[in-house]
Amino acid sequence: MKKFIYMDNHATTPVDPRVFEAMKPYFMEDFGNAASRTHVFGWRAAEAVKIAREQIARLINAEPDEIIFTSGATESDNLAIKGVAAAYAEKGNHIITCQTEHKAVLDSCKRLETQGCTVTYLPVGRDGRVDPAQLRAAITDRTILITIMFANNEIGTIHPIAEIGQIAKEHGILFHCDAVQALGKVPCDVQALGIDLLSISAHKMYGPKGIGALYVRRRKPRVKLVPIIDGGGHERGMRSGTLNVPGIVGLGKACDICREEMALESARLAALRDKLQNYLMTHLDEVYVNGSIEHRLPNCLNMSFAYVEGESLMMGLDDVAVSSGSACTSATLEPSYVLRALGVPVELAHSSIRFGLGRFNTEAEVDYVAEKMVGVVKRLREMSPLYEMAKRGVDLSTVDWGDHGHAQGGHGHSH
Amino acid sequence: MYSQKVMDLFQNPKNVGSFDEGTPNIGTGVVGSPACGDVMQLQIKVNEQGIIEDARFKTFGCGSAIASASLATEWLKGKTLDEALKIKNIEIAKELELPPIKVHCSVLAEDAIRGAIEDYQKRRGTG
Ligand SMILES: Cc1ncc(COP(=O)(O)O)c(C=O)c1O
Ligand code: FES
Repeated sequence: MKKFIYMDNHATTPVDPRVFEAMKPYFMEDFGNAASRTHVFGWRAAEAVKIAREQIARLINAEPDEIIFTSGATESDNLAIKGVAAAYAEKGNHIITCQTEHKAVLDSCKRLETQGCTVTYLPVGRDGRVDPAQLRAAITDRTILITIMFANNEIGTIHPIAEIGQIAKEHGILFHCDAVQALGKVPCDVQALGIDLLSISAHKMYGPKGIGALYVRRRKPRVKLVPIIDGGGHERGMRSGTLNVPGIVGLGKACDICREEMALESARLAALRDKLQNYLMTHLDEVYVNGSIEHRLPNCLNMSFAYVEGESLMMGLDDVAVSSGSACTSATLEPSYVLRALGVPVELAHSSIRFGLGRFNTEAEVDYVAEKMVGVVKRLREMSPLYEMAKRGVDLSTVDWGDHGHAQGGHGHSH
Repeated sequence: MYSQKVMDLFQNPKNVGSFDEGTPNIGTGVVGSPACGDVMQLQIKVNEQGIIEDARFKTFGCGSAIASASLATEWLKGKTLDEALKIKNIEIAKELELPPIKVHCSVLAEDAIRGAIEDYQKRRGTG
């Protein structure tokens, strides 16, 4: 059997064996319902949940009673945005977000627009960051929520979170932050950064899938939320449903490991990432890093390889799992909206590859991928009509691409 | 996701390359656009008897587009222009077992064949 290398850790991560070990007893031995207050099965489950809450709170410098468990960050984003919009409807109906947010945020905002909210989608600069001055200018007396992610899942770009938190505080507006990609990679202190709601997902930090959390500030200010799931009134009434105890234990343990190992692990991953980036940049011409180089997650490298299409690159990297912003890989046949928002030319969006390094990648794997990538790009460029034209000195932007061109409104794959 | 045939043609494509466009017995078709994420160039070399003697391609696009172009060049060899015009994208898609979302990659190949033949005929003044 061929051995595959996994380098798509922004999509999901494997469960850390220590996390798996911690979860195991909560399936068959300590299987109790954490809401059963009358017997030892329930008490044991409740105790495990209590410990997990503390572990999660410690990672983000919150209090345990500010952690609400959910099914994942998609639900956390929905609950934060829709819950605030409903709870603060008398105060206002305006929300500020940004064009490169995850769909869980964007589509929650779109839904609210059909229900009487107005939403500002801030643009980002070429480096993928929102401009705090533009944020300030977008605020009105109807603004109730700013929702901006900590770090982007495609390009790893980190937004100016402390400044955003400060602006929100000055105006008495709540600040929700989707920190899914940043947690466990960079320090994330909700007090220091002025974050009022924060979305967490276990499966991006070596925990299991299907469990997440929402941090909801209880003090200065006490954030109110209208729940989106009604029922038994669990989680301070904000999220009903029997708690997923093994998942919660896994999330707690995952947070604990991240807190203890983050500094070393992030330094190691940044060094590997830089090695990969430098190798590719010195062995290939016309390759470009997408997003900010300075303000970036340590494990993320998103690059465009001019004249070759992303899906064919991934096919060439047949034993390596990465992802691409190319239209050919997406169900909608549209290139990445994140790269488009940065102003990356469409053809370079089609040529992008995201390498997502993780805890279990080794230096030998990085070396292998770097070398293999150079070979694949060179081989595909020899097959590329665009590379040939460019080498002949043709300016591709002046070529008339006829019927199939963009003239039809930039819609990909119109044939 | 990919059939073995697509994989094989992607790994070992046939007839990659280009002919000198200036030569009169060469026809060149270029279809697609970089903005759409796919550009296919297909060239035919036609002999005195009007038979396609050789064909070449270059493709910027996914593996299915590369495989479609490679297969098209193989099928073109030895055909008359009229026979070549009868090659349909559906046959290419079927041969390569393309899933529905990849059928348009084979359409590109059919369009490129057409483009190459039209270009050849224009050059010969017979188009
Ligand atoms: C930034 C961001 N937010 C939200 C999510 C959704 O998380 P989950 O898979 O836990 O619903 C993801 C993962 O795809 C993500 O990367
Ligand atoms: S070229 Fe885009 S899907 Fe085949």
